[in-house]
Amino acid sequence: MSGTFVGMPAFPKAAHEAVNNPTLRGNLRHATHTIRAKREKAVAEVSDWAELREAGKRIKDHTLRHLDDYLVQLEESVTAAGGIVHWAADADEANRIVTELVKATGESEVVKVKSMATQEIGLNEALEEAGIHAYETDLAELIVQLGKDRPSHILVPAIHRNRGEIRDIFAKEMSEWGRPAPEGLTDTPAELAEAARLHLREKFLRAKVGVSGANFMVAETGTLVVVESEGNGRMCLTLPETLISVVGIEKIVPTWQDLEVFLQTLPRSSTAERMNPYTSTWTGTTDGDGPKTFHLVLLDNGRTDTLADEVGRQALRCIRCSACLNVCPVYERAGGHAYGSVYPGPIGAILSPQLRGTASEIDASLPYASSLCGACYEVCPVAIDIPEVLVHLRERVVQGGEVTREGNKVVLKPAKGHAAERAAMRAARWAFARPGAVRAGQRLASRTRRLHPRRLPLPGPGKAWSETRDLPPVPAEPFRDWWQRTQGGKGGAK
Amino acid sequence: MRVALFLTCVNDTLYPDTGRAVVKLLTRLGVEVDFPMAQTCCGQAHYNTGYRHETEPMARHFSDVFGEYEAIVTPSGSCGAMVRELYPRLGERARAEGRGDGLATALAPVVPKTYELTEFLVDVLGVTDVGAYYPHKVTYHPTCHGLRGLGLGDRPRRLLQAVKGLELVELPGAEECCGFGGTFSLKNSDVSAAMGADKVRNAESTGADVLCAADNSCLMHIGGTMARLSTEMRPVHIAEILASTEEEPAA
Repeated sequence: MSGTFVGMPAFPKAAHEAVNNPTLRGNLRHATHTIRAKREKAVAEVSDWAELREAGKRIKDHTLRHLDDYLVQLEESVTAAGGIVHWAADADEANRIVTELVKATGESEVVKVKSMATQEIGLNEALEEAGIHAYETDLAELIVQLGKDRPSHILVPAIHRNRGEIRDIFAKEMSEWGRPAPEGLTDTPAELAEAARLHLREKFLRAKVGVSGANFMVAETGTLVVVESEGNGRMCLTLPETLISVVGIEKIVPTWQDLEVFLQTLPRSSTAERMNPYTSTWTGTTDGDGPKTFHLVLLDNGRTDTLADEVGRQALRCIRCSACLNVCPVYERAGGHAYGSVYPGPIGAILSPQLRGTASEIDASLPYASSLCGACYEVCPVAIDIPEVLVHLRERVVQGGEVTREGNKVVLKPAKGHAAERAAMRAARWAFARPGAVRAGQRLASRTRRLHPRRLPLPGPGKAWSETRDLPPVPAEPFRDWWQRTQGGKGGAK
Repeated sequence: MRVALFLTCVNDTLYPDTGRAVVKLLTRLGVEVDFPMAQTCCGQAHYNTGYRHETEPMARHFSDVFGEYEAIVTPSGSCGAMVRELYPRLGERARAEGRGDGLATALAPVVPKTYELTEFLVDVLGVTDVGAYYPHKVTYHPTCHGLRGLGLGDRPRRLLQAVKGLELVELPGAEECCGFGGTFSLKNSDVSAAMGADKVRNAESTGADVLCAADNSCLMHIGGTMARLSTEMRPVHIAEILASTEEEPAA
């Protein structure tokens, strides 16, 4: 069988680097195991966790089912409360809207609350091109930005860095961006946090424009909700004169009461906290308090297409808690960058190929970036059956079929690079419909068993296996021959 | 009670000892075991690799072969989960695609009467002490589809704890996947191997002689890794431990 069976596209290649980087492996192992254990404890404290999980799932499913209505209701509520609503079909449109809004204020810098939606659309880069500096104010995002790095985790984007690396980044880079790191900075967490605090403070006090995302949008009142743990979000949401929030359309909940569920499940699932430290909510604008102008940019960018898929749409329930990343054995070893997206880990492996399509090498490889162990589904607070969607997307890759892209039904062709695998699967199906053929194959394997190498590097999938693992020996006869020969052992032979 | 042994294609071809152990064990417990010769493969590898349509005739074949039996017993958590969890899904998907109830109806009979071996022993036969003897230090790895798909819980451990002479020791990080994952082990061999090596190191740290699991495909990966890392331990399927007696001890 040729190498195409193994089909080594982008994820396996990127993962290869990560697996062989001992510092990265150590950082990820330490961090994921710590959060994993804390989450387990925090969740175990809640006696009605299963009910909360089911309720979260149902609220999200209901909202997605009636998303058209709730979006209109949200627009009306936000407008009535003094906000201005914009609609963006894709990343380019959203970036254009935000850039124009910032330009209209006459400002050339913005402070940002950590936001996955703005990462997804590459807003910072788009603003930079227009001569506008976007300053990340979340500690981990700051580390990533100063280090000219990419985020590798949804919640803790600098999870791949250890304290020593962070100290070096601060000492070297802070002066380029504003207030330099204090002289003689060490790698103690308190000193690092204080350096970030001082560095960020001048940005908070100076900025006239804040940019955020939102964890939730309440349709009935037009209220947006940001959940964070550092207080930087509160600064960005209250101090600037203009606030621009870019939010995916799936972030709606119908009522305030629905928040009750998610404000219990989100903190425990993400940071293992019983209660979230800073929960900011705002409804339009209020005279003399907070931003004078509020813009809400509602982002589609592949979400409506995803919603059209009966199996895949459950990915839109995601509340970005990261529990699936922290528990994933593949993420722990491959690291976040291997997923080639701001959404890494199991949820990224089902979100990216849906939001972006499966045309690229990386997106076509992501559905395979899982052993289907099911740990992600088990911890998901909105019960997204990630393995089910992964398998569904594998089918899309190898068999093609009808999907929705930019609102239109299109029929995908099977992906290239799976031809040999497809042929092997068809041949196996043919044989498995014929017990005689299976038996002939088994006998051939048994008779030639002494010729089978156990350690020699074989080509194709054999090599992928035998580089690190011995092949099992082939027995002298398959079970079915023994059964027939001895009538299940009754014939006296063992 | 007459049950069908659904051995699985991997066990039939590569691990006939596990099949013989299941027959020996169930016979000892008074169960009449049949091995339907027409059985081949449940289609799990096809399904999980994205070939759902190729899986459908295999599932129908499975149902044709096993449909008439009172119970279907398999020494594999993942193949058991394929039938119990995913056959209904095959039917649902066919229905959602406008192909009617045919597939769902054809597969329905085998779904509720398919049992993984330890489930069958504990839930159907109601035994935890199967009269086994196995004088070794053993650690148990709960494989993912048995653990999370079938919800085997502590059944395998209860069975092992009742084995005479057996010392059961805790496996650190037991519930972490070993990294096999079917075609994952080939498509993402680096990550798979790293997971396997971590599993073996955890197993080694227990000082056990034997790593036991209820899935030979996972054991093939773990055992292959053990051999390459020159570990003193060996992988053994739970059926072979439970079949072992003082009169006829397993190696």
